[in-house]
Amino acid sequence: MTQTWNTSEPVTPEVRTYAAVTGVVLLLLMFFGVLLRMTQGQWLGIGPDLFYQIMTAHGIGMVAIVTLGGMAVIWHFMGRYLALHRAAAIANLVLFLVGVVMVLASIFLGGYAAAWTMLYPLSSHSLQVWSDLAASGYLVGVLLVGVGMLVFYLEIARAIATQYEGGFKAALGWKRLRTGNKEDAPPPPIIAGAVCTIGNLVGTLFGAVILVMMLIHVFLPQFAFSALLAKNFIFLFGHVVINVAIYMAVVAVYEILPRYTGRPWGVYPAFILAWNATLLMVLTVYPHHLLMDFAMPDWMAFWGQIISYASALPVFAVTLVGTLANVHRSGMRWDLASGLLVLSIFGWSAGIVPAVLDGTIAINQVMHNTQWVPGHFHTYLLLGVVPMLLAFMTWIGNQGRAGQFGAVRGGTFWLYAVAGLGFTMAFLFAGSAGVPRRYAVHLAQWVGYDRVASVFALLVLLAAALIILPAVVRIATRGRTVAAAAAR
Amino acid sequence: MYQSLALTVTVLGIALIVVVFLYFASSAREAPGDGPSRAARWRNGIFWVMLLSFIPITVYSLTLVPFPASVPAGGNPLVVDVVGRQWSWSMSRNRFAAGRPIEFHVRASDVNHGFAIYGPEMQVITQTQAMPGYTNVLRHTFTAPGTYQILCLEYCGLIHHAMKTTFTVVAATGTQL
Ligand code: HEM
Ligand SMILES: [Cu+2]
Ligand SMILES: [Cu+2]
Repeated sequence: MTQTWNTSEPVTPEVRTYAAVTGVVLLLLMFFGVLLRMTQGQWLGIGPDLFYQIMTAHGIGMVAIVTLGGMAVIWHFMGRYLALHRAAAIANLVLFLVGVVMVLASIFLGGYAAAWTMLYPLSSHSLQVWSDLAASGYLVGVLLVGVGMLVFYLEIARAIATQYEGGFKAALGWKRLRTGNKEDAPPPPIIAGAVCTIGNLVGTLFGAVILVMMLIHVFLPQFAFSALLAKNFIFLFGHVVINVAIYMAVVAVYEILPRYTGRPWGVYPAFILAWNATLLMVLTVYPHHLLMDFAMPDWMAFWGQIISYASALPVFAVTLVGTLANVHRSGMRWDLASGLLVLSIFGWSAGIVPAVLDGTIAINQVMHNTQWVPGHFHTYLLLGVVPMLLAFMTWIGNQGRAGQFGAVRGGTFWLYAVAGLGFTMAFLFAGSAGVPRRYAVHLAQWVGYDRVASVFALLVLLAAALIILPAVVRIATRGRTVAAAAAR
Repeated sequence: MYQSLALTVTVLGIALIVVVFLYFASSAREAPGDGPSRAARWRNGIFWVMLLSFIPITVYSLTLVPFPASVPAGGNPLVVDVVGRQWSWSMSRNRFAAGRPIEFHVRASDVNHGFAIYGPEMQVITQTQAMPGYTNVLRHTFTAPGTYQILCLEYCGLIHHAMKTTFTVVAATGTQL
């Protein structure tokens, strides 16, 4: 494993563009989220039609943008080992942007609001709230984003297969396990990138198939199919894509944190096994979304529960333990980037607790589709994957140099962390009190949670803006190289 | 009751994680007294502890299983047909006696809905999905009399939040309803 921290490494224009787009879109979508929460809290008078439109845009947009942000991370760090064709990244970005424009137009001009999960057959069955044109515009838009993802991951797959010595077997660490030779261990971006590539290629294919089927159904209602089958496909796709976004972004932790601590991120057998197990589990754990579908075979529900517990463990455990061991008495310097990296592992850990509980059938019975669900996933998205991406942006913006953690940056950091946790805890408390998710209108007794959450949400938005805007400006003006060694 | 269990475990769990992170964050600045090798030993140790503690937890979780659909209702259940549609519920009856096992046969006629029973205190008691083309059987025996509500817990379009109905549970009497 070669460490090349001392040389300054280039940050390609496509990575800078991805990172900057991610920052700006994240802010916009967080603002959408604030509108939703304040509407539930009856501080804003947004009607249900617009509420559900914004909710749909917030959901699909966030999933897409953290995927784009994760792609920036792996493209950058895998690019140190593989010669990747820039054209694939550009094609992906163009398809992404065209798709996003179509999705936004379908939602805000066409009134489409079937939520990001677009459960069949709601897209084509809105009781005239939106037109078939809006539905098909949305489905085609999402499909284009998916095609862009396929182009992106196929390019990475090609590069692994043709350039990485030993191909996928070596990249997945099997060679290291077989030979027992430490020299054969893949560097963290390669093993994580390989797992993400396979995962998202499979996930996106399932997504594409169901999107095309739903699209045909819009125009040809006779072409109907099982709503349960559709649910299986949609949740397989959705679960894989959002989880892979975390697995891509976490590479920022593996690659950047060690530059602060001076301790390389170890790729040892447990780490390799964990990533391989995760690949299998991320593709098969989705039945935990279907625990309340009693028409599903029982064994699938059991499977969903067992794998929910089991899949909480591998990558998460090696990453949590790896992070703590990496920073412990390292003499490292805290700055915004290193703080956000450690915060991200905190958020991921914290989110796993309510997530695993909800994967328990008996608990799911009373928590499913309450605000417990946005509670757990906002914990590991808002406090997990987003800080990973913010750290990456900050790090590029600072050209890899450690910054100062003075009153302003430090204050912003703690504001983000504390307000973020307050925001997600409000969801969890509301969920345990039975507040349903995805309700434009809340009962009077639920409004208290909504208002507390709204205040925290505004503070998170403020902190995020204070982190993102300077980073984006710096990425645009000077983030062409990172001089990584200076992080110490 | 599982709600408060879940909330308690979550709050305590997250509090513990906060403490662990604060400890490590403050120890990070200390002089690098130990090299990477000690960090690696540490790492392996904690990893195995976590693995070994997670296995019993997973196994324990399975004891919570009685999977709702597969539990027999027991003595002479009352069958209630439920259909969800945009945006209302219809139930073949809306008055039940406490203590009598009930089987809700839940369907939907258009899109996915969520059939969730809220108790008199507005807490979720149980639920299942209402799907077009499938019948989900939800078994439940009410113990407390009162007014219950059905809320839709699967997003189904514009009026999703107002897709509600109520039913009554009366105290058990000698004659069964
Ligand atoms: C300031 C930050 C944020 C605020 C205020 C916010 C607010 C909200 C609200 C109010 C909802 C609807 C909750 C409900 O079902 O009742 C929601 C849903 C959601 N949020 Fe956020 N959010 C924020 C950040 C994020 C981030 C960073 C992500 C992902 C990276 C995210 C992903 C989602 C998703 C996937 C949904 C589900 C949409 C659906 O139910 O269809 N959010 N958010
Ligand atoms: Cu409904
Ligand atoms: Cu509904």
